[in-house]
Amino acid sequence: MCATCGCGDDAGVRVTTVGHDGHSHAPDNGHDHPDDPDRARTVVLEQRILAKNDHLAEHNRTWLAARSCVLVNLMSAPGSGKTSLLERTIAEAALPLGVIEGDQETLVDAQRIEAAGCPVVQINTGAGCHLDADMTARGLRALDPRPGSVVVVENVGNLVCPALFDLGETRRVVIMSTTEGPDKPLKYPQMFVGAHLVLINKVDLLPHLDVTLDQIVTNVRAVAPTAGLLPVSATRGEGMTHWYRWLERLASPVIDERHPAG
Amino acid sequence: MHELSITRSIVESVVDRLPGRRVTLVNLDIGKLSGVEPEALRFCFELVAAGTDLDGAALVIAEPPGRAHCAECGSDFELDALILLCDCGSADVRVRSGHELRIRSVEVA
Repeated sequence: MCATCGCGDDAGVRVTTVGHDGHSHAPDNGHDHPDDPDRARTVVLEQRILAKNDHLAEHNRTWLAARSCVLVNLMSAPGSGKTSLLERTIAEAALPLGVIEGDQETLVDAQRIEAAGCPVVQINTGAGCHLDADMTARGLRALDPRPGSVVVVENVGNLVCPALFDLGETRRVVIMSTTEGPDKPLKYPQMFVGAHLVLINKVDLLPHLDVTLDQIVTNVRAVAPTAGLLPVSATRGEGMTHWYRWLERLASPVIDERHPAG
Repeated sequence: MHELSITRSIVESVVDRLPGRRVTLVNLDIGKLSGVEPEALRFCFELVAAGTDLDGAALVIAEPPGRAHCAECGSDFELDALILLCDCGSADVRVRSGHELRIRSVEVA
């Protein structure tokens, strides 16, 4: 058990299909590749620590590609507006969507997504602070997205831990909201540096805040100079059509292969 | 923190590669820009290794510094954080090292 934030054990992870019986399928965990152990006292391994997660993430990518689906890994701090953004997207975007919700506890977000009319699976990580490729595999099989879907994984609200774990996503999207202040990209660069797209949410609140869009953009650019940047308001609708276009381009394989989005 | 998952990956990887071998020391590279805190990892390691073939193994962590190359002025420089900005003002900077998360080697009994 980690004393830093109390994050714990995969044994507590639960996958729930809201509106169904909660039955989930065991993931295809890939396979092991054992090597012959060296007889020497020192054994050189030269192995990436996250090799197993990355291997499972590749399995997810293959599984998604076979269904012509794309996966968006949506990450942010808690309360930046991930679920609100998805609710509006479900209502307005003309796309086949599926959602995998990641939270430590409760089915609250999955119930919101289901109420908005979208297929959804909730993964509760228990004490865990992020999703990984194995949890995503389990979520994907439970979701069983129809071919051509854009599957959005709403990762656990956290600007630190999710950044390190490849889920098998096609693109990484990070939301930061204006109310978080302008300095989050500098404080949590690991999260922003790998983002293909950064959504700056709650721009409707800017007139009430001591922060400008320019300050936020400057700080995002300092760590993610090539990421796409879209100012949006998930509650008021400002800028959202650009987000829908971005998703549409991602979902269109011909355009995507020649002109990768973000 | 994600260090617990990272530690679990380390122990599982070593057990997978060397089934049944008693491991007494693990050499890791944890780059300064990797986003993993070596102290948190040390804390988790003892707990995760308990009851496995790595129980009681020593942990040696090398921390390669962040190094970057500026495509604009051609200079190579050290990077303390993931702020990709060269002294010349260019943000066209490539990270050359510091992201390492690697099990280099282990010692077996």
